[in-house]
Amino acid sequence: MIISLDLIYYLTGFIMAGVTFLTLRDRSHPKRYLTALFWGLYAISFLFGNEIPAKYMGVIVILMAIIAGIGGVRMGTYSQTSDEHRVERAKTLGNKLFWPTLLIPVVTVIGTVGIKDMRIGGFLLLDKGNITLASLGVACVVAWLVATIFTKEAPANSIKETRRLMESIGWSAVLPQMLATLGGLFAIAGVGQAVSTLVGSAIPVDNRFAVVAAYAIGMALFTMIMGNAFAAFPVMAAGIGLPLIVVMHGGNPAIVAAIGMFSGYCGTLMTPMAANYNIVPAALLDLPDKNSVIKAQIATAVPLLLVNVLLLYFLVFNF
Amino acid sequence: MLSLIGIVVVIIGFALRFNPMLVVVVAGIATGIAGNVPFEKILSTFGEAFLKNRYLALFILTLPVIGLLERNGLREQAQNLVSKIEAATTGRILILYLFIREAAAALGLTSLGGHAPMVRPLIAPMAEGAAEHKFGKLPDYLRFKIRAFSASADNVGLFFGEDIFIAFGAILLMKGFYEQNGIFLEPLEIALWGIPTAIAAFIIHATRLYLLDRTIEREMGKINTDRSGS
Repeated sequence: MIISLDLIYYLTGFIMAGVTFLTLRDRSHPKRYLTALFWGLYAISFLFGNEIPAKYMGVIVILMAIIAGIGGVRMGTYSQTSDEHRVERAKTLGNKLFWPTLLIPVVTVIGTVGIKDMRIGGFLLLDKGNITLASLGVACVVAWLVATIFTKEAPANSIKETRRLMESIGWSAVLPQMLATLGGLFAIAGVGQAVSTLVGSAIPVDNRFAVVAAYAIGMALFTMIMGNAFAAFPVMAAGIGLPLIVVMHGGNPAIVAAIGMFSGYCGTLMTPMAANYNIVPAALLDLPDKNSVIKAQIATAVPLLLVNVLLLYFLVFNF
Repeated sequence: MLSLIGIVVVIIGFALRFNPMLVVVVAGIATGIAGNVPFEKILSTFGEAFLKNRYLALFILTLPVIGLLERNGLREQAQNLVSKIEAATTGRILILYLFIREAAAALGLTSLGGHAPMVRPLIAPMAEGAAEHKFGKLPDYLRFKIRAFSASADNVGLFFGEDIFIAFGAILLMKGFYEQNGIFLEPLEIALWGIPTAIAAFIIHATRLYLLDRTIEREMGKINTDRSGS
């Protein structure tokens, strides 16, 4: 294939290397070297991730966490355009400004659905195993080209702006990947089995409602801890869903799966562990309280979880 | 049971507001040691999982585009646009976005939307702009609340839409789990049973977005009487 996921990672690494370079040159940056080291290590993970042995990559990851932990990742100074300039530019460019942003999803969808089998010179154009991500990469390049043409900006300015956005997001940009490593360690240390034994021993197994409620609420709670409903499902389904609801009480397995996973998603809405959905957006929207997205979601998640318990109870034994 | 120590570390660490990156590393190492995993294996698990999940960072690719456009007034233009539509209110814009996001995700188009490409540059400025156009300059706490709700509309729409698309990863994961245990299900069956929850999610969240309009109206009413009174 021509456009592989690795190629997309190299492009990301190249952007991060540019960010690192600009941070190093920012003399008034309060933590110039530590911040540059953090972004530099991150760039290395994209550029040389396939070459570096896993245990050394592990050392790099821990080093990044320590830099973040001692407050080493800070914002620098940026040459932003003035409010007047932006209002002026918005007047000149008008709705043309929307085109590049809208191109990102549109081209991604076209790539995913439309040209996934396209070949050039016998090679697949896009990586079939990672079609959405490969298409997203292509879409961003196309949108970037269109944006530079429309705005007539020097390409270097886009790296400057990227640095401004990255440093305002800060270390939380890396948190989702960090949490994924924790999931990996939980898996090899057998945390899942321990939880399902614990929950299984704590509920009255004869009571249908108690079993259903324990399963749905357990999915939500375990998802909150893991930050990911995909990690919680095999644990809760193996611990409660399959042995108690399906086998013992004769429930419908498809309903157990569907509503169980959705109960997990209610947990996702309420946890900082789901950093890419809750913490990164708070940073991206310049919200001073990192938990404000979670706070906006709790009053949706809790009633929805109750609805799930009831739906599960009334549907699972009747269909 | 000892392997649960990682969970304890996470809960305490987050509660005491230590840096989450550090909390995660400490929890990971503690879990590994408690689960008798050799230290070298702990290190390589950190490395492998970090690399395997690099795709989570691909929003970075959108930043050069968004940054360039913001430099040229993208957010200002988004606000201009909504101020021309009289019917636009914060709640209505977000309900419409919630609907589009959920419906598109249910058809498998999960990439239509997202926090970096859509919410920050377009949806949040429009939601803020609509309130500002009607009531004048917003105080920070309301502005932040509107932004947080803009992000929530994206999350709720995505989560409860994607699971009723049959080729979505979660559906295949559930099907795979049952297969290992000797139960064979059609993906369509699992997807269909997700629909009641998907509808409930839309109703609950749309109601809250509708109520958000009321909150904005009430709060701004108070502020505007104070403003004109003084």
